[in-house]
Amino acid sequence: MLGLFRLAVRNALRHKLRTGLTVLGIIVATMAFGLLRTVVDAWYAGADATSANRLVTRNAISLMFDLPLSYRNKIRQAEGVESVSYANWFGGIYIDEKNFFPQFAIDAASYLDLYPEYILSEEEKRAFMRDRQGAIAGRKLAEEYGWKVGDIIPIRGTIYAGNWSFVLRGIYRGADKKTDQTQFFFHWDNLNETVKKREPNRADKVGVYIVSIRDSGRAAEISKEIDAVFANSLAETLTETEKAFQLGFVAMTEAIVIAIEIVSIVIIGIIMAVMANTMAMSARERVREYATMKALGFGPRHLVVLIFAESLTISLSAALAGIALIFPAADFFASKVGTLFPVFNVSEQTLWMAFAAATCIGVVAAVFPAWRAATGSITKGLGSIG
Amino acid sequence: MTNPIVEIRNLSKSYRRGDQIIPVLTDISLTIDEGDFLALMGPSGSGKSTLMNLIAGIDTPDSGSIRVAGVDIAALSESALAAWRANHIGFVFQFYNLMPVLTAYENVELPLLLTALSRRERKERAELVLDLVGLTDRMDHYPSQLSGGQQQRVAIARALVADPTMIVADEPTGDLDRVSAEEILALAERLNMELGKTIIMVTHDQRAAAKAHCIRHLDKGVLDEVVETMD
Ligand SMILES: Nc1ncnc2c1ncn2[C@@H]1O[C@H](COP(=O)(O)OP(=O)(O)OP(=O)(O)O)[C@@H](O)[C@H]1O
Ligand SMILES: [Mg+2]
Repeated sequence: MLGLFRLAVRNALRHKLRTGLTVLGIIVATMAFGLLRTVVDAWYAGADATSANRLVTRNAISLMFDLPLSYRNKIRQAEGVESVSYANWFGGIYIDEKNFFPQFAIDAASYLDLYPEYILSEEEKRAFMRDRQGAIAGRKLAEEYGWKVGDIIPIRGTIYAGNWSFVLRGIYRGADKKTDQTQFFFHWDNLNETVKKREPNRADKVGVYIVSIRDSGRAAEISKEIDAVFANSLAETLTETEKAFQLGFVAMTEAIVIAIEIVSIVIIGIIMAVMANTMAMSARERVREYATMKALGFGPRHLVVLIFAESLTISLSAALAGIALIFPAADFFASKVGTLFPVFNVSEQTLWMAFAAATCIGVVAAVFPAWRAATGSITKGLGSIG
Repeated sequence: MTNPIVEIRNLSKSYRRGDQIIPVLTDISLTIDEGDFLALMGPSGSGKSTLMNLIAGIDTPDSGSIRVAGVDIAALSESALAAWRANHIGFVFQFYNLMPVLTAYENVELPLLLTALSRRERKERAELVLDLVGLTDRMDHYPSQLSGGQQQRVAIARALVADPTMIVADEPTGDLDRVSAEEILALAERLNMELGKTIIMVTHDQRAAAKAHCIRHLDKGVLDEVVETMD
């Protein structure tokens, strides 16, 4: 068998240019496949990083509408609720519109309790809590704009008009790779007091409540209970798990995700055709050699092994190179898109999928030539000019 | 030497071309003894190659029986036949049919991959037959680096290496110049005389046929009754 593999490898290297181009094609395809899968993963990263013990309560009409601050205490009284925090989407512009990153006004003490995955040093946390003008930012965000603790961050309001400025009091890091480290948080009280002066009727309004529950198994029940409290009121609520809430955002852009997924599969399909063509060309040229081997006593099974070994040698060696290149490609991509994807990691699953795709390419490309070689007539094969 | 190694009875073979049936061999009966050297002659298209392919088990007859060393090969399954060929038949082709990506040594070793021999045993056997055909110094050359005559000697070494029951050669000198052809024929003669190998050789060349013990003629698929004996 070892001798057959030697022959398979020699056959694979026979036409250097043809095999080289095919290998290059598979490398690029594998890399592109891995990159696209990583983009798809990044899209769902927000939902992946959620906790099953957190619910989000928002206005039932849409996220564009807010809820009264007074709901906080009522939500807290619901059975099974441990604590409640709240946040408002600020949506301001930092210097230029292209500098997008999420900004939230939060009830800092309760919010940071609910999100232990945002890790701040005690010192920075204290400094942030003490300073009404204070803000904290994720590590990636701070790196992107070169912020240091103590910097003044000017932000132009859009939803909340006017110019705002914050003092960076801390830089948080994520508890794990899934944690979003591109967010910007400041005090809700700061927002509310300023709004009270500028647009009094918009004061004491909350964007979303974040509800921590003791038993994640009862999430549906507790959500229903909370929404029942506010049924038939002026602002009805919709409570769902944090995951469902995050997936709601993804759903808006799902068509793009599906398009990317289709493209990633099409790439594999195309390279499969290229590889199949390479193998078919080789097999056609070797009809006489395969017939000779059969005459010498090699059975159909030997030829199947020989041809699959050649095809898989090409596809898997190229795929390994392509897989190795996914990492630099992903890094490059991530550096180009900045904080658009808060979490951009090549997952192990993506690597396995790329490997599986390459195996598929090798197998599919070998099926027809192997079948032809195994079943072809020896006498006709010997008569053919190779 | 009267032990029959090949016994062919009432063998017929035809090919279909479209809806036309072309008879190629008609009612052939032939016995070849162990240690024989038979030359098969006849005009182009008379069915020489077809008959040889049937004896070598790479083609199947329409009717009749072929017994080789007591086995009715027409009754064997495809994979059984492949294993049978590996044990009993050494092929020599007109155009050598060496694997271009393998060296002379690796080409000779190829049939041994089907055996249970160890790497070292394979090496011994391959070197032995390469020595026999006088190509020890060309072991590491690829076919493209060898002359036609040298390639055919490698092919003969490959045919010999697994120690088959017989060697079948379809116009082994058809593509060679006079001198190389002489060398190949001398080698065939030695294999037959010194090693007692049974050889069946298809040839157009009277001089080549003269090396054989006996010559049989085929014409339009019918075997001539006349047996020319050389010695
Ligand atoms: N696969 C095939 N399909 C159809 N006809 C075939 C096939 N193989 C051989 N023939 C026909 O069978 C006849 C005998 O062919 P064969 O090759 O046995 O002749 P040959 O005596 O070896 O001729 P040559 O001296 O030219 O090699 C020829 O008429 C040939 O055209
Ligand atoms: Mg012929």
